[in-house]
Amino acid sequence: MKAFTQHRGLVGPMDRANVDTDMIIPKQFLKSIKRSGFGPNLFDELRYLDEGQPGKDCSDRPVNHSFPLNQDRYKGASVLLARKNFGCGSSREHAPWALEDYGFHVVIAPSYADIFYNNCFKNGLLPVILSEQQVDILFDELAAQEGYQLSIDLPTQTVTTDSGQVFSFELDKFRKECLLNGLDEIGLTLQDADQIKHYETERAAQHPWVFGVIK
Amino acid sequence: MTEETLYDKLWNAHLVKENDDGSSLLYIDRHVLHEVTSPQAFEGLRLAGRLPWRLDTNIATPDHNISTDKAERDAGVAGMVDEVSRIQVQTLDDNCDLYGIKEFKINEMGQGIVHVMGPELGVTMPGMTVVCGDSHTATHGALACLAHGIGTSEVEHVLATQCLVTKKMKNMRVTVNGALGTGVTPKDVVLAIIGKIGTAGGNGHAIEFAGSVFREMSIEGRMTVCNMAIEAGARVGMVAVDDKTIDYCRGRQFVPQGEMFDQAVGYWETLVSDANAVFDIEVDLVAESIAPQVTWGTSPEMVAAVTSFVPTLDEQPSEEKRKGLERALEYMGLEAGQAIESIAVDRVFIGSCTNSRIEDMRAAALIAKGRQVAGSVKQVLVVPGSQMVKAQAEAEGLDKIFMAAGMDWREPGCSMCLAMNADKLGSGEHCASTSNRNFEGRQGSGGRTHLMSPAMAAAAAIAGHITDVRAFSGVNS
Repeated sequence: MKAFTQHRGLVGPMDRANVDTDMIIPKQFLKSIKRSGFGPNLFDELRYLDEGQPGKDCSDRPVNHSFPLNQDRYKGASVLLARKNFGCGSSREHAPWALEDYGFHVVIAPSYADIFYNNCFKNGLLPVILSEQQVDILFDELAAQEGYQLSIDLPTQTVTTDSGQVFSFELDKFRKECLLNGLDEIGLTLQDADQIKHYETERAAQHPWVFGVIK
Repeated sequence: MTEETLYDKLWNAHLVKENDDGSSLLYIDRHVLHEVTSPQAFEGLRLAGRLPWRLDTNIATPDHNISTDKAERDAGVAGMVDEVSRIQVQTLDDNCDLYGIKEFKINEMGQGIVHVMGPELGVTMPGMTVVCGDSHTATHGALACLAHGIGTSEVEHVLATQCLVTKKMKNMRVTVNGALGTGVTPKDVVLAIIGKIGTAGGNGHAIEFAGSVFREMSIEGRMTVCNMAIEAGARVGMVAVDDKTIDYCRGRQFVPQGEMFDQAVGYWETLVSDANAVFDIEVDLVAESIAPQVTWGTSPEMVAAVTSFVPTLDEQPSEEKRKGLERALEYMGLEAGQAIESIAVDRVFIGSCTNSRIEDMRAAALIAKGRQVAGSVKQVLVVPGSQMVKAQAEAEGLDKIFMAAGMDWREPGCSMCLAMNADKLGSGEHCASTSNRNFEGRQGSGGRTHLMSPAMAAAAAIAGHITDVRAFSGVNS
């Protein structure tokens, strides 16, 4: 897993609530058996005017210029500013893969759907939760200022604006540790292999019908 | 001893270890795999030189990508027209063969949509933890399982360790008491719940559905309800064990028999919330107040009674809601204040992990019987959820009823619920759909989805527009 400590970057807006993972990466791109290459199709139906297909070259597709992330001022954005319940719907990890492949390192929103939130941490993408009021402030500043950047610091759990405002955010200790150190979660769990085996033995004795039936 | 909720009991029974950092290691009893969210997990396993922890926990089947067209299906994986999909299904077959994972292949009896297949084969049983790389895994909670969707990294984690690193959710109980009216189905109940608590209302919570409505409801109906817990933001939906649960499990392929079954039942009967267990959130609905439901917008919470109207801007409590409504109306091509029943439909889809079981097929057939699809409707797809549902429906002659009405009877799969195969809406087309998501583009780029029950979808097919199924003779009481 990729590590994350700090990031400073250009902010791009996604100004609507309940952005679902179908919107983040439409289903036709889920046919890939790879983890990479989803960036060009991030927000595909909003970004382009035609219907995208896997394997289709996106460089000559008609672009929807009214979609904010297509505007020059947001080119190269690496911090996505979003609204509440971001990432709802399907469990597809292709959503954080697409965000990360596009170049985003951080998402900031008032809330996230549970599965999406969890999936972000597996991919070195930091989902920051700020209050609705704080997100409103950031949207206002972003609209007013071209080249608007934010600094995000995971060890201190803060988002800092260039004018010096500091917003703190909460996250679970175990998620923070994994992200800071880029830990291999499977490797960590396998350190407890003896305990897992012990649990299994006890459970097989108590609930034998759970074991050995699928062959 | 503290009184426990059903979720507390399931959680505690699967706890391997609590870590100092607040996370826990939770043991997983059943892991269901399909072609779309597993290839990268198997690749990760291979790259790390790891093997699956246990084989008799995993079960796989292709469902998302496969064609529902008989001629294409008869040609098997090799005959799949979409090359990218063919490679993905072949990859699932190859991975299962390589590791020795039990798979019901594309045309094998047993194959079906993962959440139809698991319970009907008895792969999932009460009291189990069940995960799958699919957000509708909560379906299995109808059997009092702790079941939820996971991402692909977690699919790999479960394959390698049989555990998840996770954190306990909060408890939420949704109680619906009373008696449902004629023509009001489990789908209407869950849509009404989502309408009440919103699409993020259950975030961070495991929902237990309780009350007389769920006690009276069949297990298949409970699956429809638990299936859509995620549309209310909750990863987990559950119903406690009762006699119906035990009757449902008895005799299924992977369920033990004889003494071991009796032993299992002894445990299963404990899988109810204690009388004084405390829930973090309690929500109540009255059954008599629920009418057949239809979504008019682009989020499952944008839902209304079939007899009502598309909301207006001045009814909205906040600027955010007004913006959301405006955007949804523009996408859906609807007017504020328009009668729900005035919405014409171009296509109808009866299927998906929400509503493709035998009871759903029967409910749709009751409406279709002796009637004809309206001339203005381009296509009505009836897609059974599994090979077993298909065989049962055909044994009952339901396929003939659908075909006589002018509907297409298809091969099992996810189909137009998410339109990864050829079954999709054209831009601007309205669809009466028994699936679970009405997001923009979900059923095809530019497509406009209206979620409803199987009986309501069949009625819309006959009428050519959304209509109140209660006006049809033959509707289920």
